[in-house]
Amino acid sequence: MIASIIFILLFAAGAALFTVNSRKVIRNIRLGKDVDLSDQPEKRWKIMTLVALGQSKMLSRPIPAILHIFVYVGFVIINIEVVEIIVDGIFGTHRFLSFLGPLYNFLIGSFEILAFLVAFGCAIFLIRRNIIKLKRFVSKDLDGWPRTDANAILITEILLMSAFFTMNACDTLLFNMGSHHYNIAFANPISQFVMPLFSGMSEGSLIFIERSAWWFHIIGIFAFLNYLPYSKHFHILLAFPNVYFSNLNPKGKFTNLESVTNEVKAMMDPSFTPPPANPDKPMRFGAKDVTDLSWKKLLDAYSCTECGRCTSVCPANITGKLLSPRKIMMSTRDRLVEVGENIDKNGSFVDDSKSLGSYISKEELWACTSCNACVEACPINIDPLSIIIEMRRYLVMEESSAPTELTGMFTNIENNGAPWQFPPSDRLNWKNE
Amino acid sequence: MSEALKVPTMADYMATGEMPEILFWVGCAGSFDDRAKKVTKALVKILNFANVKFAVLGTEESCTGDPAKRAGNEFLFQMQAMTNISVMNEYKIKKIVTGCPHCFNTLKNEYPSLGGNYEVIHHTQLLQELLSSGRIKIEGGSFKGKKITFHDPCYLGRANDVYEAPREVMLNLDAELAEMKRSKANGFCCGAGGAQMFKEAEKGDREVNVERSEEALALNPDIIAVGCPFCNTMMTDGVKHFNKEQSVKVMDVAELIAQAKDL
Ligand code: SF4
Ligand code: SF4
Ligand code: SF4
Repeated sequence: MIASIIFILLFAAGAALFTVNSRKVIRNIRLGKDVDLSDQPEKRWKIMTLVALGQSKMLSRPIPAILHIFVYVGFVIINIEVVEIIVDGIFGTHRFLSFLGPLYNFLIGSFEILAFLVAFGCAIFLIRRNIIKLKRFVSKDLDGWPRTDANAILITEILLMSAFFTMNACDTLLFNMGSHHYNIAFANPISQFVMPLFSGMSEGSLIFIERSAWWFHIIGIFAFLNYLPYSKHFHILLAFPNVYFSNLNPKGKFTNLESVTNEVKAMMDPSFTPPPANPDKPMRFGAKDVTDLSWKKLLDAYSCTECGRCTSVCPANITGKLLSPRKIMMSTRDRLVEVGENIDKNGSFVDDSKSLGSYISKEELWACTSCNACVEACPINIDPLSIIIEMRRYLVMEESSAPTELTGMFTNIENNGAPWQFPPSDRLNWKNE
Repeated sequence: MSEALKVPTMADYMATGEMPEILFWVGCAGSFDDRAKKVTKALVKILNFANVKFAVLGTEESCTGDPAKRAGNEFLFQMQAMTNISVMNEYKIKKIVTGCPHCFNTLKNEYPSLGGNYEVIHHTQLLQELLSSGRIKIEGGSFKGKKITFHDPCYLGRANDVYEAPREVMLNLDAELAEMKRSKANGFCCGAGGAQMFKEAEKGDREVNVERSEEALALNPDIIAVGCPFCNTMMTDGVKHFNKEQSVKVMDVAELIAQAKDL
């Protein structure tokens, strides 16, 4: 009874906290500029099924793809077990799903195998990060918190799975003993190998260990849920909407700024009257801060898994330049979180004399060749390039700050209609040369 | 080949009251860059040979605005775009072939919402059309035994998912086509895009074009084929960096066809 009350309180607290945190994230994403991505729903569902659910873009690197599938499928399916834990916790039942009979046997058996694969996958991932030291994981992009975050989650998952095996092993031992409450047998393809660790213990100790593992498992899951919004692991939820709202245009197509179109039209055609400007929001060309980016870019930033596939194919990064598309996404998120905290503290945003430019330097921005390799490589269709371009737009159109050679190129196009200094009248000379 | 090139302008066509099949958008590089001008002429020779009724805008053409746009100067881009659109709409242009993937991408994707709606193809797609419809045929194999590797231009490949047209064109050459490890959707940039062509690279360990040329040269090709004037410059410089310019040629797909036809 007391256990049930404690459980219900914990469960409610976990759910409430998660709701509050998720709301904050949604509010932050909504700080972005409006963009309508509700077109072509059938195509979007298809892409989401293929890329998010089917993880089709992971396949280019088969080994991590398989391990990731283990962890991901395991993680999702084992959540059925969590339903049982929650019901047991609230009503004080024991293995309430056991009424399913042979199906229950099959379920627990499969959960155990999946849990083993999850733990195995996580172990290999830890090895890849910390012992083999794959290049994209030792990158300085991840120094500090991001690296700890990745390891913490992997270790937590292994611990959660171990608790699951411990719980099942003790349960079976208690069943074999004929212990009163433990009256349900189930398939134990993995936990039978854990049983010897606990055999010979007294009934009391076994019950204690079984209960501890049970509580650890479920508290761990609540904690995990609430850790998500602070972690790159938020991608397990956000990957789905993020892929749904993917860019469906050819990758080479950049947006045409409407505000610019109005000005250019007004210049070229005196009879054109531009629509009245919105007095609440001063017009800005390009992105100075995260709030100048579309909400989709901000969703991108929260969804980024920090996997570094983008950076590992970036020609600028590969040849030693400062630019790293992964870091572009991480910086965008860091700044967005900072803006969100500012709003939480002050009620509304108060100027902190910082901007996205405080996180992303000009040197990074100007090194991009706009080659789209990062966009192609991203397993969840994130588009770092569009943020780079929005920031360049701000630098050029609001700050008049471009590398000198580019300013020269602009002048040439303006005066000669070509990026070099050739007179337009010579444009057809090649035909007689 | 001594016949003079036939390069009618749209203005010439207007004077006769006729319409060409297609507008050839030459581009700034194709008009002014010495190396790219040769590619332009090779393409014109093919068009002349296949009796394609085409026209150029000549002095009425102006930069599409691509380098300005990629560098963040949306204002200048849209000025260029609207100027070009008003010229082309005046001439009632329907179909365009470009000699440059950057022009191709910009005209195809970024002009429509500004009022410029045309069917736009890249010159390798036109060559593919001409070959598959039999308007040009390639017999005999002056490229027999030669090894060719194709460098995908980012703005043709990843940006617009055109991977097969240049390859199918080259299949007609009876040469050995070797693929680099990073090709098609995984192609590696030459380093020129995003307005990098017009500035020094940022501080780093090496140049992007050197990295890419090294990869191409590792296949020991006779020819590195390209489909973009900027890739052409970048790969040519890269080959020179490794002192291989005597044994390895960098050539546009159009030049390969022109040479195969002895034009
Ligand atoms: S588009 Fe820019 S950031 Fe992305 S891979 Fe290419 S050079 Fe790197
Ligand atoms: S942007 Fe995509 S590829 Fe790059 S680190 Fe994030 S999830 Fe990975
Ligand atoms: S896009 Fe490139 S080739 Fe085309 S017109 Fe402009 S600079 Fe010239």
